[in-house]
Amino acid sequence: MPAHALFRPEDTRFEVDVDPLIAALRAILPDEGLIVHEAGRRAYECDGLSAYKQLPLLVVVPETIEQVQAVLRLCHEAGVPVVTRGSGTSLSGGSLPHPQGVLLAMGKFNRISHIDPERRIARVQPGVRNLAISEAAAQHGLYYAPDPSSQIACSIGGNVGENAGGVHCLKYGLTVHNVLAVRMITMDGEATTIGSEALDSPGLDLLALMHGSEGMLGVIVEVTVRLLPNPLTKQVLMASFDDVEHGGHAVAGIIARGIIPGGLEMMDGAAIQAAEDFVQAGYDTAAAAILICELDGSAAEVADQMETVQACLREHGATRIQVAADDQEKARFWAGRKAAFPAVGRISPDYYCMDGTIPRKQLARVLRRISEMSAEESLETVNVFHAGDGNLHPLILFDGNQPGQLEAAERLGSRILQLCVEVGGTVTGEHGVGVEKINEMCVQFATAEIEQFHAIKYAFDPDGLLNPGKAIPTLNRCAEFGHLHVHNGELPHPELERL
Amino acid sequence: MSAQDLSESLREQVAGARAEARSLRIVGTDSKAFYGNPVDAAPLAVGGHTGITNYEPTELVLTARAGTPLGEVETALADKGQMLPFEPPQFAGKGSVGGAVAAGLSGPRRPYAGSVRDMVLGLKLLNGRAEVMQFGGEVMKNVAGYDASRLNTGALGTLGAILEVSLKVLPRPQADATLVLERPASECYAASETWLRAGRPVSALIHDGTRMIVRLSGTHSAVSDAVQDIGGEAMAADAAAALWTSVRDHTHPFFAEGDAPLWRLSLPPGVDPASFPGPQLVDWAGQQIWVRAVVDAAQLREAAANAGGSATLFHGRQAGVGAFHPLDPVKARLYQGLKDAFDPDGIFNPGRLYPALEEH
Repeated sequence: MPAHALFRPEDTRFEVDVDPLIAALRAILPDEGLIVHEAGRRAYECDGLSAYKQLPLLVVVPETIEQVQAVLRLCHEAGVPVVTRGSGTSLSGGSLPHPQGVLLAMGKFNRISHIDPERRIARVQPGVRNLAISEAAAQHGLYYAPDPSSQIACSIGGNVGENAGGVHCLKYGLTVHNVLAVRMITMDGEATTIGSEALDSPGLDLLALMHGSEGMLGVIVEVTVRLLPNPLTKQVLMASFDDVEHGGHAVAGIIARGIIPGGLEMMDGAAIQAAEDFVQAGYDTAAAAILICELDGSAAEVADQMETVQACLREHGATRIQVAADDQEKARFWAGRKAAFPAVGRISPDYYCMDGTIPRKQLARVLRRISEMSAEESLETVNVFHAGDGNLHPLILFDGNQPGQLEAAERLGSRILQLCVEVGGTVTGEHGVGVEKINEMCVQFATAEIEQFHAIKYAFDPDGLLNPGKAIPTLNRCAEFGHLHVHNGELPHPELERL
Repeated sequence: MSAQDLSESLREQVAGARAEARSLRIVGTDSKAFYGNPVDAAPLAVGGHTGITNYEPTELVLTARAGTPLGEVETALADKGQMLPFEPPQFAGKGSVGGAVAAGLSGPRRPYAGSVRDMVLGLKLLNGRAEVMQFGGEVMKNVAGYDASRLNTGALGTLGAILEVSLKVLPRPQADATLVLERPASECYAASETWLRAGRPVSALIHDGTRMIVRLSGTHSAVSDAVQDIGGEAMAADAAAALWTSVRDHTHPFFAEGDAPLWRLSLPPGVDPASFPGPQLVDWAGQQIWVRAVVDAAQLREAAANAGGSATLFHGRQAGVGAFHPLDPVKARLYQGLKDAFDPDGIFNPGRLYPALEEH
C-alpha cells in the first residue's frame, strides 16, 4: 500500500445508498453487466499502478452507448461517483476505483467500427487496443502513430484520457495530434461529437481539452483517428557514449542540423545492462549511454539523413556506431528499449516508474541529481529517456517487502518530479497525474491555476462526480502537502491557514 | 526589435474593467479585426507587450510575448534555419504571436505539418478575474492539468487575454519546389494522397480555379526526385515564394477581386469542391475551400455539415448570419460553462465567437 492516504475527506464526501442503486442499475444493464460480488469487484481494484488498491462500490460493464448514457443519467441523479476504465494500464492510478462509486469498465466496447483506407481514417470503440488499430490498418499499408510502451494492451479511450505518447512523438505527435474526433457522453447522460473528420471544427477546441483530461470531463464512447502511410524506408542506428552528457549534446546536434528523427531514445548504463541481460539486443554494455535513432521517409531522404546523423554522432564523441543491417536487426535494436521496463522488473523485486519532462539541455544536471538523491535514499535508479522530446522515465528500484523501501521510493519519486519542475519541466509527460502525482501538482501550479482547473471541471461536471480525487488537487490537499510554490512573487494558497 | 513587459499594466486594466463592469476588445496589431462577430468594447492593447523571451533552437521551442510581431519571430527563426510550421497568416503584412494563437488560423502547410494548436506548448493567460496563469510549458510532452493552452488557441480571446506563448518550431526544409499542373480541383485530395504515399514531400496543394499547384519541401534529393516524378511546370523560386505568401496572407488575386463575402469551408478529405458554389480557391488539398459569393448561409452551412465539415463567414458581414457555424446544444452549454469558468463577468471580446450564447 502507498505511504499516504489515497483519498481525502473531500473526495469521499458522497452519500450513496447502494441497494436502490443496484436495483436501478439492474433495470438498465444486462445480467452480466453489473458486478456486485466482492470477488468480481476485486479484479478491478487497481490499474497499472498496482501499489494503489481500492475496491469499487460496484462495477458496471455496459455494452451499448445507450446503456452508458442511462448509467450516467442515473448516477448523476443519485449523486454517485463514476470512474471510467479502459484496459486498466494507467501508470498513475487514473482508473483507480472510488470507494463510493461505480467503476465504468469499457472493455466491451472493443470493435473497430470502420476503416476508410482512402481517406486514412479509422473509427473505433474506446476499448479497442492501441496496437489493434495498427494491426487492422496494416493490410492497407497504414498505421496509427502514437505507440505507448503498453500499446499491446492499452485502450484508445484511455490513450485520449491520458494523451498518451510513445517513442515516435517528436515527429508524429501525441494522441492529441492524431485523433480527429471523439463521441462523448456528459455526466448527465447527453451525447455530443467533439471534433470532426475535417482539420478543424467550430467553437472552442474541446477536442484538445478532452485529451489528458483523465476521465474528469466526460465518458468517451467512440474515437476517430487519423492513420498514416507506413514509411517507405526506415533505418535504425545505435550510438554508444562514454558520458551521458555527450549523448545529450549529440541529440541537440542532430536537431540543430535540421533533422527530426522518427524515434530518438536514450538509455543509461544500468538500463542498457538490464535490457541486454533480458533480450540480448546486442547493446554496448560498456557504454555510459546509448542513443537509438530511427530515420524514416523516402529512400533518398533517409540516405541523406543517415550520413548527416552519423557525422554528427562522431563529432559529439560517439565511441561506437552500429547501423542495423536488416529489418531483423532494426527490430532487435528496438527490442531492448521496448522491453526496458520488464527488463528492470527482472533485476529488482519492485520498481517505480516516473515520468517527468525536462528541457533537454538540463539532462546532465537532472541525471546527476537523480543519482545523488537515489544515494541519499539508499536506492538505485535506472533511466530511460525519450531524448527527442525530453521525457525522462527514471525507474526507481526497491523491494516492497523491505520495511520502509516503498516509502523511500515514493519520497524519491516525488523529489525527482519536483526537480523536473525546478529545471523548467513538468511532473508528467505522458503517464498522467491520476492519484499518483496529485500532490506534486501543487508544486507545478499556483492557486489561480488550480482554481481555474476546478472551474473547467465545473463546466462539464458541476457535481464533481467523474473520477473524484484525481488529476487536480484540492487547495486543502496542497496546503497539507505543504509546498510553497512561489509564483509571481506570491505565496500560493495565501487564503489558507498554515500550521 | 523592442521588448517590453506590460503584464502588470494589462492586469490592472482588466481589474479596472472588472470593477467597473466594462468589457474589453483585445487588440494586438488589429490585423484580424474583420474576423469573427463584431465586438463593441474599448480596446485592451497588447501590441506593446513584446519580445522573444526564450528561444532554444535545439529544443525546438520559442517563447514570445503576445504582442511580438510575427515577422520578428519568423526572422529570428530563419536565422537558425527554423520556422513556424503552421504558416500563420499575416494579413496586411501584420499580425502578432498572440493574435495568431488566439485566431488559430494556419496557412497552406497545415495539412502536412500541423496547425497552430498542434504546436502550442504552453501559454500565459490573463483571465477575467485579472489573474495571470501559466499553462503547459516549454516542453514537448506535458499532461499536468487540463490543456488550457490549446483550449485558448482559436478561442478568439473570449476566455482571456493571451500574454505569452510557447510554440514548437521545426527546421526549415533544405529545399522547396513548386509545380503547376493542368488537373481539375476534384483531384486535389487524390493527387496529394498518391504523392504522399509515394514518399513525396508535399507541403502545400491548392487549386486556383484553373490549375493545381503543389509545393514540395524536404531534403534536396527528396525534392528533386519528386519534381521528376510529378512533372508539370516548375515555377521560379521567387514567383513560387510570392504565390504561397499571397495564399497565406490573402493577397492572392482571388481574395482581392469583388466585394462579395468570403466563406471558409473546413471539410473532410476527399469532398468534391464542385458540390459547393464558386468562385473558389481550394487549399489544404481540398480540406479548406474559400468561397467568394453571396450565398444562402443556411444552405451553405447545411451542405458543409452534410459533408462532415463546417462553414465560417470569414470576411464580410451578412445580416442575421453569425460568423461561426452554430454549435449543438451540448457544446453550446459547454461553451457557456467554459466562458463562465474563465471570464465570469463577460469582460473579454463579448460576442466575438457566439453572441447568442452569451446572453444568459
